[in-house]
This record gives sequence, structure tokens and C-alpha cells, in this order.
Amino acid sequence: MKPLLEVEKLSKHFGGVHAVRDVSFTIGSGEIVGLIGPNGAGKTTLVNLLTGVHRPSGGVVRFEGVDVTAQRPHEAARRGLARTFQIVQPFPRMTVLENVAAGALFAGQAGSRAEAERLAAGYLAAVGLDRESQRLAATLTLPSRKRLELAKSLAMRPKLLLLDEVNAGLNTSEIDGALALIRRIAASGITVVLIEHLMKVVLSLSQRVLVLHHGQLLASGAPEAVMRDPQVVEAYLGARFAARFAGGDAKSEASHG
Amino acid sequence: MIGAAVSRTLGSRGLPWVAGLWLVVLALSPLYGDNYIVKIATFVALYGVLALSWNFIGGYAGYPSFATGAFVGLGAYAGAICQNAGVPMIVAWLLAAIIVAGVAAAMGPVILRLRGHYFAIGSISLVEIGSVLASNWSGLTGGGEGLNVRFLPGGPDFIARFFLYAMLVILVAALATTIAVDRGRLGFGLRCIAQNEDAAEMVGVPSTRYKIAAFVLSGVFCGAAGAAYASWVGYIAPADAFSILLTVKVPVMVLLGGAGSVLGPLIGSAALVLLEETVWARFLDYHQAILGAIIVALIFFLPGGLLGLRLRWRS
Repeated sequence: MKPLLEVEKLSKHFGGVHAVRDVSFTIGSGEIVGLIGPNGAGKTTLVNLLTGVHRPSGGVVRFEGVDVTAQRPHEAARRGLARTFQIVQPFPRMTVLENVAAGALFAGQAGSRAEAERLAAGYLAAVGLDRESQRLAATLTLPSRKRLELAKSLAMRPKLLLLDEVNAGLNTSEIDGALALIRRIAASGITVVLIEHLMKVVLSLSQRVLVLHHGQLLASGAPEAVMRDPQVVEAYLGARFAARFAGGDAKSEASHG
Repeated sequence: MIGAAVSRTLGSRGLPWVAGLWLVVLALSPLYGDNYIVKIATFVALYGVLALSWNFIGGYAGYPSFATGAFVGLGAYAGAICQNAGVPMIVAWLLAAIIVAGVAAAMGPVILRLRGHYFAIGSISLVEIGSVLASNWSGLTGGGEGLNVRFLPGGPDFIARFFLYAMLVILVAALATTIAVDRGRLGFGLRCIAQNEDAAEMVGVPSTRYKIAAFVLSGVFCGAAGAAYASWVGYIAPADAFSILLTVKVPVMVLLGGAGSVLGPLIGSAALVLLEETVWARFLDYHQAILGAIIVALIFFLPGGLLGLRLRWRS
């Protein structure tokens, strides 16, 4: 599998705070990878580093073999590196259709605004928002805004889509709808990185999971294996629970420090 | 109210016709009015240019610029100096426009790093810098004594009409550019920037480049209009070429009409100039107090301008 994204010893510190420290991994073309970690682990900072929002303090990011460490966000977008925001960011005083058309026009393939709106209608249908297309984005409910965010990034024709907590704040049935949607996106050939809190989402979708803790890569591998990793359990639930969870392996748990 | 009524009856498709009709009314003023009316029509056209210019950066991009006075002053001085050096008048105006565009392109990357109030303060400082330069660079600008510009030969009727049509030509250029921007990629990108700059970058809008483009567009027509104004009045001095009052008045016009639209700046500038001529001339002492009251009323009651009434009416 040819690597689409290569991250090498990536670091970012804000003053004395090391938000991301020496993180290295690769994402292959066509993969669905989960990126998990407790609150404050550096997940969103990592996404910001990959998409040019923050300039890394050290390390290299390569996309399709090209060094993109110093790119600006709009350059990332045009390269095919799209993301959604944890806190949704619509253009509030534009219609839903115009929001999506912006993605198609500035990063996607549309040559004109008319074409962008035509394409946008298709993406809105794909996420089930076609009936809301003429509403102002500011008037949408949270689940619909999340869908809008997805449609907008799909309109950018990404090769790699970073979904930053697209399921946060949704109820169970809404999450099931979102999962089906993400599956369809991945099936269409887009490489997906899921940045998630919700284990259910990560376990049911990801082929591989990366665990970030205190800005460092703690574990990486198949979802079931990673979930049983005592270090990961400890990061999420604390040392005492990890010891109980691991049962007889309590002694080896201490060596992880 | 005017804008609301007009928009309701015509819808957005009819708006270019309203603009066209308005241009005809101004252009025909020598037929139905004396030179005083023609002078007012010329001022309406001049402020129309300035309002449309501000609309690029303040309306579409949402950056509250107070650089209008700097662009106008620089244009006036550049045009006057070129003309006094023997450059033909119209060429001097074009040169002034180019010089202002160049300065805007050079200053843009610096002050467009600022957002919101910081940008507003940064842009207003350009007016002060211009004024200080004009006062102190006596060898070039005549310093505090100001600068005389050679008068255009001809009778008062000819001169009044000449400058009316000159301003109208600049107005048409600014209006045509506005319509092109409004319908095109740049206008769409600028609207994205105005509503959420981070998200705009994230969908691929090159925000820095677009903001500089908007800033240059907000300067170039001001430069031409400033130079034409200098030729019209024949004398410029630092304090009235680089005018703080002007720099505040123009955004008020656009907000009054409706920012970020094609017609809003035209409606707002016409409304304010006509108000000024008819009502304010009788209340000379309270002139600026009335301007202040309009600003306050705008903020509280009409955040979308006169054109915004249309939306409220519907909802």
C-alpha cells in the first residue's frame, strides 16, 4: 500500500506546553484510521498541524510524497487534504447550498459558481440535506450542521479526509446515520482519518487505530488489540482500573511507567 | 425605505436596472438643473465611487477599513503633482489611480494581518500618515500652504459638465467592477472570509491574496476620484485632502444603504449627500452631531442597512 500521508517526528509546543511530541505514522491510500486519545491528548493540534493551521515546531509532513510541512490551510485544501472542524464552522449568512458550493469552487473541481452550485446539490443529496439547501446555515440544527460540514468537505474532492469529532454531540440514532455516511464516503475511495472520542465509532469503522496521549503516540494497531493494551486502558481509565482490567498482568503494567 | 421599496418591487434581478436608471438621472442633471444641481450630482457621483470602493473591503470582505481618506488624499496629491509637472490631466488621474493601487498593495499585507478593531485603527493611521507627509514634505506637496492645480480652461457650464461626466465615468467603472466581483469567484471568496475567515481558508480560499485584492480595489477608484476632485476644485491642502471626516462618512453611507451588495453603496451615498444638501445646510452647527446620530441609529435599528429592510419585511 502506497503511503498517502507520512508524518515524521512531528512536534508542536506552545511556549512550554508540548501539545504534540515526536509523533510519527503513515496513512495508506484507502485506509480508514481512527485517531483516539483522552481529552487534551493533542488530537486537534495534530489535525491543525497536518492542515497548515499551525506551523510545526519540528518534524516533517509529506502528502503524496511531497513535503507539505509549511503549507497554508488553503493549499492543503487544494491538494486534497480536507478536514471538518470539531466545532462546526459554517458560513452562517449563506445558504446551505452556497456553503457547499464554496468547497466545490475553491478546492474542488467547479470552474464557475453555477457549476459549483450544481455539484453542491449532489453532495447535499449524498448527506441527506437536499431539502434544507435554501436555508441559511445559521438556522440548522447541530446534526444538520455536522452533515453540512461533511458535504462541504466532500465537495472539495479530498483524497484524505480528517473528520474531527463529527459525531460529538449527536444522539445514538444520529450517530448510526453518521456511521453509515462515513462508510459510504470511505467506499467511494476517500482515505478517512477519524478523530474520535466515541469508542463505538472507532471500533466499528477503523481498520487501524492510533492512540495519542500527552501529545505522544502511545499505541498503534488493530482496534481490538489496541483496546486491550494496558497502556491505553490506563491512559483512559487510570492505573487502578488498568491493573484490575489486566488481572494477572498487573506486574507487567507497572513496567510501562 | 427607498431600498426596501425598490427591492420588493424588482427583486434582485432588477437591481442593475435601478443602478442604470440612477446613472441616467445623474447624467441628465444639466438638462433639468442649474450648475448648483449639477454640482450636487457630481458630489453624488464622487461619493458613489468612494462608497462602492469601500464596499469591496468593508462590505464584501468584512474588514472595517478607514483608509478611504488616505486613498483620496494620496490620489489628489499624486494627480495634482503629476499635472503640475506637465502630465495631461486624464493621464494624471490614471497615474494617481495606479499609484494608490500600488500603495494599497504594499500596505495591504501589513495591515491586513490585523482583524476587527485593530484593523480599523491600523487603517485610520494611514490617513494620519498621509496628512503628516503632505504637511511636511514641502518640496513636493507645498506643505501646509497646499497645492494649486491648473484650472481647466472653459466657461463654468462646461467645467461643471466636464467634471460631472468625469466622475460618472469613474462611477461606471467602479460599478462595473463591483458587479463583476459580486458575481464572480472573488466576491464569493470575500463573503466567505467576512463570515468565517478560518473556514474560508479551510475550503481553499487564499484569504491573504483575496483580502489584498479587495484592499487594492477599495483604493484604486478612490485614487482616480481624488485626482479628479483636485483638478475640479483647483486647490488641495493636507487637512482636507486627507480627511478623517470623509474616512468615517463613507462607511456610514455604505452601512446606511446596505454593505456587501451592489446597490447599497449607491443608495446610501445618494441618500446621505442629498440629506446633507437639503437638511443639514440649514443646521450648520449640528452637522456632525446629526452624522453621529445617524451612526448610532444605524447600529441599533438597521444593522443590514436600508436594503436589509427587505429581509426583515419578509421574515
